[in-house]
Order: sequence, then structure tokens, then C-alpha cells
Amino acid sequence: MTAARSGSSLRHTLVDFLERFGVWILAVLLLLVVPLTFDMFRLGLAAKYLCFAFPALGIVLIWGYAGILSLGQGVFFGLGSYMMAMFLKLEAAANPDSSSGTALAAFFGAAGLPDFMVWNSVEKLPLWWEPFHHVWLMIPAVLLLPTLIAFVLGYVNFRNRVSGVYFTIVTLSIAAIMAIVIIGQQGYTGGINGITDFKTFLGLNLDTDRAKLVMYFITVSLLLLAVLTGRFIIRSRLGRVLVAIRDQEDRVRFSGYDSAMFKAFIFAIGALFASIGGALFTIQVGLASPSLVGIVPSIEMVIYAAIGGRVSLIGAVYGAFLVNAAKTFFSENFVEYWTYFIGALYVFVVMFLPAGLAGILKKLRGSESRRANGKTG
Amino acid sequence: MSEILSVTDLTVSFDGFKAVDNLSFSVEQNELRVVIGPNGAGKTTLLDMICGKTKPTHGSIRFKDLELSEMIDYQITRAGVGRKFQTPSIYQDLTVFENLEISTPEHRGIYDSLFFRHDRASIEKVESVAEDISLQGELYSQAGTLSHGQKQWLEIGMLLMQDPDLMLLDEPVAGMSARERALTAELLKNIARGRSLVVIEHDMVFVKMIAKKISVLHQGRLLAEGSMDQVQNDERVIEVYLGN
Repeated sequence: MTAARSGSSLRHTLVDFLERFGVWILAVLLLLVVPLTFDMFRLGLAAKYLCFAFPALGIVLIWGYAGILSLGQGVFFGLGSYMMAMFLKLEAAANPDSSSGTALAAFFGAAGLPDFMVWNSVEKLPLWWEPFHHVWLMIPAVLLLPTLIAFVLGYVNFRNRVSGVYFTIVTLSIAAIMAIVIIGQQGYTGGINGITDFKTFLGLNLDTDRAKLVMYFITVSLLLLAVLTGRFIIRSRLGRVLVAIRDQEDRVRFSGYDSAMFKAFIFAIGALFASIGGALFTIQVGLASPSLVGIVPSIEMVIYAAIGGRVSLIGAVYGAFLVNAAKTFFSENFVEYWTYFIGALYVFVVMFLPAGLAGILKKLRGSESRRANGKTG
Repeated sequence: MSEILSVTDLTVSFDGFKAVDNLSFSVEQNELRVVIGPNGAGKTTLLDMICGKTKPTHGSIRFKDLELSEMIDYQITRAGVGRKFQTPSIYQDLTVFENLEISTPEHRGIYDSLFFRHDRASIEKVESVAEDISLQGELYSQAGTLSHGQKQWLEIGMLLMQDPDLMLLDEPVAGMSARERALTAELLKNIARGRSLVVIEHDMVFVKMIAKKISVLHQGRLLAEGSMDQVQNDERVIEVYLGN
């Protein structure tokens, strides 16, 4: 009896500790444990996985808190990813030492043009590529463009009371359209192959261990900043208004709030996070691809958040990391079973762990958090 | 006495069916008006149009010097009209305190609500409203765990936080015990000091407890208006309720 009690109190202490210091534990893991124990190859993979945590964090805010299910976060991830790729590609094309088809381009009298444009007989750099010559235009574009697009798209829809499953279908359609446009406009976007083959960022070789390490720490720092930003939002009055909108949107409107504005705001924040993740992905993986834009990757991003726990920011980071690690493991070993596995995992989580990994903590404590088990949006 | 709300020739038609048909009626400053009528008389639709949930087909709704039929729901709320729905609509996943606090009329913008911090005055306001609605002991309970009657009170409390000049209450005592009804009657009488109330109610015992002036709706039109006695003895009202 005494032993059992002390056992359960130990368990409670542990759960309390994990809940209170979750961000600190995450910071120690990502800033110390991972860099000290992983070799450079695995560290590169970890950085890649963490890039997917950005859209997952956004999904926690917009789906977990505001109850808006978006199946189009790949669009914003893709926008960030492509804008970064355009910058890197132009840098590579302008560099005579790079292999990016410069010789070919020069041969055809089109020096400075990305190789895939030369292949597709595009003779002049399209006007909308021009700003991406400059890093100080590219970075604001990565931060602002997807955010603004999401805000306008969200506000127009929410204002006209397009919500719930109808809004989800809108986001799904946009993800499909974006992938189709990118694949179709091969001369301007690199088509199905995406944009690849760039090695430097502002003259720094991205292939060196040093560059990889620096990028890893930049990714982790921005990720922790995103977690803290998300937490600030959730804990503010705005966070409570979002939960209220999820529960009873009409009541919120009849309490004098422009609920469409709040939903558009959080949708824009989700897009911002996704875009940052996309840009970091491209700089580290060396690729922007339509396969990261469409419906399937967008759904996978929702799964990261669902597995981590829909209302847990920290859970979303673990969810993105673990699912992607599992994906690497499976595709190294049993390629063809990956899609079945992730499908089964999703069904399992929905049925047995509706509050995801974060829900395990709550279960251990033995007290169900109603908020964690909130309504499906 | 001056009129706070005046509805003129109000009509709404849903696919040809006129739920409210050329209705004119007005409420005076500091008046507690009860609206009764059989099912389908257009009572709830009338409140929906006043608070902006439903757009009228034609007609005018004047509130103070504003034309509500041209305004959006949250703007109408900000102008001073509070609405309580028939089924209690509260935020299940938030505590009673948070439910009330969200309903304060300040800090309704994005920036304001992001950087809002409690101060003594805001906490005291929540506590005093909680006392008015007999929920001072439940401030930190999840609203979803309250009894049905308490949820009704909580929603009334949320309206009180807004401090509206006109409150529209749709069946505030539905699902309440006799004791809760008596408490609610007291509550409404207190609330009615210094503001106007429009209350829809079926329960005639409750109506008797609170009503001074009653409007009877039938098939989207105003059938009769007057004191409890007048309405009770009105031939047309009896016929509508009891049939032939």
C-alpha cells in the first residue's frame, strides 16, 4: 500500500516535471543531446525532420486550438521552400564554378539563367524571379508572402462563413492546384524534378560539416522560438478566444468579436511557421520539390500534429521528428509498406490516443484533461 | 418614456414562408418585455433579426439611433445588444472564470487580446458577475461540467459582462428546476434595473413572476399586447392557444 502510493507519487512528480519543463527538456535534447550523440549524417537527417515540426506547430494552433482543419499546409511549406530555392538557384547560376548548367547557359548566351530554364528554352529570367537575386528581398518574402496569402484567403472564407469541412476542402483544393501548377510550369518552376543542384548560400559551401552544424543550430533556435511564440499565443486571452471559437463560434461573435479576423490571424501564423520550415528544409536538404507541396505531404503534416497531440506544441515537435524518423527507417528497409504504416499509425492514434503522445502524460497522471480531449474541429 | 428599440414593418421570408410578417413593435427604455406565442410564431426569428443572426427581407430595426438591419452581428453586439440563445451556448472547454472574462467588452481586437493581462478591476468584475449568477463557488470549474441550469446562468452572466443596454433572452429558464426558476426570476428583475430586456418564454408561471407587459406573436404577426390580465382574457389569444 505504502509502496504503491510512493510509486504513484513518484509517477506524478515525474509527469509534473515533464509538463512543467517540457520546453527546457526539448531544448536540452535538441541543443545538446542530439548534436553530441548523432554523427553528421544523422544530424543532417534530424535537421530535416525538425523542418517538418514547423508546419506541425502551426497545425496545433489552427486545428488544435481554433478547430480549423487545414489540409493545405504543404502550400505554405512549399512557398517558403521554393522561394529559398529560387534564391539559391540564382546564386548557383551566377557562380561560374558551380555545376548548375552555367557552361550550358553560357554556351547558349544565357549566363545567369538556371539550368532547367535553359533546358526548357526559357530565354529570359521571368520577372517574378528577379527579386530572388537579393537575400534581403528573399527573407522578407519567405516571412511575409505566405502569411499574407493565408490571411487574405482565411479572412475572405471565414468572413463568408466558409468554415468546418468546407474550408478544409478549400485548403485541399489549393494544395492540389499548387502541385499541378508547379509540375505544369516546368520552364519556370523546374516541374516534377523541382529545383535542385545548388551548393552555396551567400558564398558559403553548404556541404561542409561546419555549415551543416550551423544550419542545425539555426533550425533548432528558430524552432524553439516558434514553440515559445505559440505558447505565448495559447496562454494569452487570444488563445482562450480561439478555444471559444472552436466550441461556440456564434457565441463569440455575439460577444462582439470579429471571429473571422481571429481565425484568419491564427491561420496566417500557421502559414508563417510552415514557410519558415520550408525555407530551412530547402537550404539543408538542397531541394524544393512539388512532392512536398500537394495533398499527401499536407495530410502527413496533420498526422505529425495528431500523433504529437493536437493541442500540444511540444508534442508536435516529437510527432514530426518520430514520424519522419520512422519514415526513414521504413523506406530504408521496407519501402512499399510506408504508406500502410503511416495510415495504421494514424488510425491507432485516433482510436486509442485521441490526445496523442501528450495524452500519455495526462493518462499517467490519471486525470483526463478535457481540453486535451476537446472536440474534433 | 423614450423607445430604445423600435421595429417597423419587419418581414423575413424563408423560401416564400414568412416567419415574421410585417411586424411592428417597440420596447421602451428600462422595460422588461415578455414575448409569448405558440411554436412557430416567429419569436426566435424576431430575436435573430434584432441581433444580426438573420437578415430581414425588409423592414427596419432601430436601436437608439442605429439601423441594426444594416449592421453585422458583432457590430450590433458592440453597439449594446446582448443575445442569449435558447440552448445554453457557453465554452465547454474553458473555466467559468474564462467564459466570463472573454465576454468583457474591452480588448476585442487581435493585438489587444494578445497582450491583455488581468488587473484587479477585471478580476473583480468577473467575481461580482459570478456572484450575481450564483456561480461564485464554481469560478475555476470547467464550464462543461456545470448543470443545465447553471449553464443558462453562465450565459446570462456572459451577457452581463458585456453590460448591454438591450438584452434578448430566448427561453432563459428552459430545463430549470422550480427553485432555479424562482432564482432566475429574481436575477432578471435585478438585471432589468437600468437596461431593457426582451424575454421569450413558454412557461406561464415564470412569465407571471416577471412580466409587466406581454406581446403575443402568432404566425409572424403581433396578435395582442398588454398586461398579464389583458392578454389572459383576450379572446384571440385564448383561441390561438387553445384552438377551437
